[in-house]
Amino acid sequence: MVLFILRRLGTMALTMLVVSLLLFLLLEFTPGNVATKVLGPYSSEEQRNLWLEAHGYFEPLWYRYGTWLGRFVSGDFGDSIRFKVPVADVLWPRLWNTAILGFWTFAVMIPLSLMLGVLAGMREGSLLDRTISVTSIVTTSIPEFASAVFLAALFVFWLGILPGTSTMSGGFDWVQLVLPVMVLVLYDFGYVARMTRASMAEVMTTHYIRTAVLKGLPYRRVILKHALRNALIAPFTVITLQVNWLLSGVIVVEFFFAYKGFGALLLEASLNQDIFLIEACAMVAVFVAASTQTIADVGYTVLNPRIRFA
Amino acid sequence: MTDIGETATPAPSAPSPGAAFGRAIRSFALLRESGAGMVGVGLIALWVFVALFAPLVAPFDPNATLQPFAKPGTVYAQGGTFWLGTDHIGRDILSRIIWGSRAVLFYAPLATASAYLVGILMGLAAGYFRGKMDEFLSFIANVILSFPVLVLYILVIATIGASGINIVIAITFASAPGIMRIVRGLVLDLRNRDYVAAAQTRGESSWYIMLVEILPNARGPLIVDACLRLGYVIITIGVLGFLGLGLPPPDPDWGGMINETRSMALAFPHMTIFPCIAISSLILGFNMLADGLREIAIRD
Repeated sequence: MVLFILRRLGTMALTMLVVSLLLFLLLEFTPGNVATKVLGPYSSEEQRNLWLEAHGYFEPLWYRYGTWLGRFVSGDFGDSIRFKVPVADVLWPRLWNTAILGFWTFAVMIPLSLMLGVLAGMREGSLLDRTISVTSIVTTSIPEFASAVFLAALFVFWLGILPGTSTMSGGFDWVQLVLPVMVLVLYDFGYVARMTRASMAEVMTTHYIRTAVLKGLPYRRVILKHALRNALIAPFTVITLQVNWLLSGVIVVEFFFAYKGFGALLLEASLNQDIFLIEACAMVAVFVAASTQTIADVGYTVLNPRIRFA
Repeated sequence: MTDIGETATPAPSAPSPGAAFGRAIRSFALLRESGAGMVGVGLIALWVFVALFAPLVAPFDPNATLQPFAKPGTVYAQGGTFWLGTDHIGRDILSRIIWGSRAVLFYAPLATASAYLVGILMGLAAGYFRGKMDEFLSFIANVILSFPVLVLYILVIATIGASGINIVIAITFASAPGIMRIVRGLVLDLRNRDYVAAAQTRGESSWYIMLVEILPNARGPLIVDACLRLGYVIITIGVLGFLGLGLPPPDPDWGGMINETRSMALAFPHMTIFPCIAISSLILGFNMLADGLREIAIRD
């Protein structure tokens, strides 16, 4: 187990190294643009060159990468070109805002999708099952930006009960969090519900459930004690891996509602070729992806003792 | 593949085009029993029809500026009706949606096909040769997959610029590893079959075995996956347009239409709602078709 986690950490470090190098190379393709973006389109060639030189852009690539890597490992993420402050000063507050958004999305989505999935899988082919299945296909077919438009039109334009932006300019406000969470839940719950349904339906056909029913146990107990425990193993993995999807969805939702989170930051950094900010955001993304994958694998073996580490 | 003498006697797993066509007809007959599948086919057929006959179906020129901020159903003074209204610079929204379907239905299948081409070749090589080749390709795939997809699209497009062909490149880059994983898994299972051993004994080349013996037998799961992936690619193209990284204006693009009129969405919701309905219905079509195909695959 310890060896397994250590190996995963090693792979993660290697992935981070490769990704960061690739990003450096990718951004190398368009070197002149950075200065234009900072100094504006009316800056002269000389001004741009001065800026590039002052910020070390004329050093060889390997030297810049090495310097960045050395500082990054020792905890110095460098300065953001766009925000003109240290990367850490913008990154952590933004990450915290996204964590709040993600927390509430999961807090609503997990109970909802598990309940619907279990209800649908309990009686395969029933009217309830078909309704839930069709609903989940429809909701996963509506991209986040489209459901954001629909929900905003409904709750902001026609009903007028929710605010259309979530800038949180006047301090933290619960009401502004409702629409972003709703959009993310709407897109994500269908997939988890379908996975839960498939898993539950499979468990319901097993011999031990038939035995439990035939020996006369009350249906409630068969479901709660025998079926659920086994049916919830597969959705656990799906939910953990959903974190990665959420990170993509968060970009769209934060952009739409002008929420000051990690997704919006990443978008802004990419559009402005803010290299150190991009690198820091990318490292966070890889870290989140790799650690959720490891948690999913470790959790799976804990829940399902039939699987052991090789 | 290079030696014509070898391919003159077709292997049993390499069917003629006629047989493949017959099977496609039979699959479609099966699909008719699946309600969801047929709804999907209907939605896709509708949009394909609209895209093909855009010049005949569209009431106005999609880029003509006629009457700004018209509400849905407004009658145009010089003849015609703006059934879905017009946008902020007076272009007819219905006509833009109709012409925009061409862009989506051209780039989405192109990007998916391109991603499949790369993904299948990588997956075949990794699964068939195994060893170092597999380790190398799997590591590349893991690096790319360890990244939230949308982040990858944004980084690639923001760097190489927004255009149709660059969207295809970005989608290929980001989707090929996922396809490779699926193909690799299927190949690892199929490579131990007797017909592969027979082809190896006959002295066929590795690529002949991979492409003619193994690939056709892996098609089932791949077709279902392709349908789902087509839906995701349409979402991706829409999202990129929505973030302002899509096809360059002025030609209509559904995601771009939403992006342009987003700031006015609260005053004039018709400008954003109708393109959203269009894109959602097309994605729904592919998802329902995938659902129907999966039902058939399970029943077989």
